[in-house]
Amino acid sequence: MNSATLTRNPALQLIQAQWLNLVRTPDYTLPTLLFPLMFYGFFGLLMIRSQALWLLCTFATFGVMGAALFSFGVSIATERAQGWLMLLRASPAPVAAVIAGKAFGALLFSLVTVVAMSAMAAAFGGVRLETSQWLGLAGVLVAGALPFCLMGLALGLWIKPNAAPAVLNMIYLPLGFLSGLWIPAMQFPPLLQAVAAWLPPYHLAALALDVTGAKSADWGLSLLNLGIFTLVFAALTAIGWKRLDGTAG
Amino acid sequence: MNPPVAELEGVSHRYADLQALSDIDLRLEAGRVTALLGPNGAGKSTLIHLLLGLKPLQTGSIRLFGEHAPDARECRTRIGIMLQASGVQANLTVLELMQLFASFYPDPEDFDTLVDEAGLHGLEDRRFGTLSGGQQQRALFALAAVGRPDWLILDEPTTGLDPAARRRLWQAIQARRDAGASILLCTHFMDEAQRLADQVVVLERGRVLHRDTPDAIRRLVPQDRIRVRTRLERRQLEALPSVQQVERIEGRWALLSANGVDTVRALLAADDEAADLEVTGTDLETAFLSLTDSESPSTKEAA
Repeated sequence: MNSATLTRNPALQLIQAQWLNLVRTPDYTLPTLLFPLMFYGFFGLLMIRSQALWLLCTFATFGVMGAALFSFGVSIATERAQGWLMLLRASPAPVAAVIAGKAFGALLFSLVTVVAMSAMAAAFGGVRLETSQWLGLAGVLVAGALPFCLMGLALGLWIKPNAAPAVLNMIYLPLGFLSGLWIPAMQFPPLLQAVAAWLPPYHLAALALDVTGAKSADWGLSLLNLGIFTLVFAALTAIGWKRLDGTAG
Repeated sequence: MNPPVAELEGVSHRYADLQALSDIDLRLEAGRVTALLGPNGAGKSTLIHLLLGLKPLQTGSIRLFGEHAPDARECRTRIGIMLQASGVQANLTVLELMQLFASFYPDPEDFDTLVDEAGLHGLEDRRFGTLSGGQQQRALFALAAVGRPDWLILDEPTTGLDPAARRRLWQAIQARRDAGASILLCTHFMDEAQRLADQVVVLERGRVLHRDTPDAIRRLVPQDRIRVRTRLERRQLEALPSVQQVERIEGRWALLSANGVDTVRALLAADDEAADLEVTGTDLETAFLSLTDSESPSTKEAA
């Protein structure tokens, strides 16, 4: 492909638009990126230094989940309200290209979060891993952002635009806590431990812990959980997208 | 002969508690400018959303370009749209937005031509959010035109613009019309319809009230306005032939007459010193207001 065909590709153009939008709104982008890093700094590096590797895996999961939920959920809800989404729907832009633009933003945030947090862990937490383990951690978590992208997208299509940040936080923070991302689930009382074992972020963190050698995981079970969760939110997204037809969105 | 850009037959649309459109039959010929006029809530937006396939069709049928359903992708690449709330990403520049929208269409317009036509010289590298209202509307027009569409759908393109900005946008619309594009222009400005349209469709409470040329719509209400300084009293003026209404405005009398010539002849016979005489025909705005006004009681059950 030459550069002319590249600039004529709607998905790449929408990805570029998303990129430009992110770099031109640093007052949104920087706090969103720094929030999970700050959390990891306080908990993983200052308070419980002995668990720097364990907490790297769980807080990176927490960061990736937030990047996916918020870059999809809040922006879709806002663009729905402002009419941008309607303009794109009425244009010949393929739906897949519209979603690709959004997914790019979420995956970029995820990757930056994982890389920056890994660098913090190596520099200040004494975490030492093989190259393949570092790559495995980044790979698992960036791929693992997908179900949370769909969750954000589905929520963005269903909730009211001005309520979106509040509603997402009401889901994001409890989900992170109950999945054992802040405090390991094995320190929970039995009832909460049973709850955690059902939650998708728990299973994504389990895979991250496995690839870094912190704790081995049941890959079949965790992938099944994440897969079902992905399908449910894909269905909710499809229904929500259809539902736009009947509303002002 | 190109097939009509849109043919609607028996189109009705109902929201939970509101009949938005009732049994609309409409044919929009290729190469023509159709103005869709109507007060707020008349059903203009619903009609546009149905034409664009943004809402599912409930009753009736819509065919675009002679063969397609509204949500067909073949149609989308032939249509350019300017919607009321565009929510365009304020952080992108005019040029970046044009590149983005150009990538959606198979055979986009040359950017220099487009910048010329929409009057965007010197604004290409400005972010959309920093443009004035008129500049934003012209940029949105450029996005609608960038795919060289056969059909432009413009929803209230000049609302909120000052007169100079409106004229700039009209020029851009006229340039597209002259190049052969069909245009559907939703507006509540009568002068806009009069200036640009070949056909006017007056929509009220979800029904097509009238469909005709701008001149014919204007002639539906044969009223003349007469302004004059005279020594005659109000009751004498009211007694003149064909007079329907008498008002005192800024030291002159303002009369509304069904036949201006008759009225003026009798007026001058009664007062040969009458001065500052001025007679004007009905503009489309007056015609439109009196049409939608007089018919509304009989169509009330539609709401």
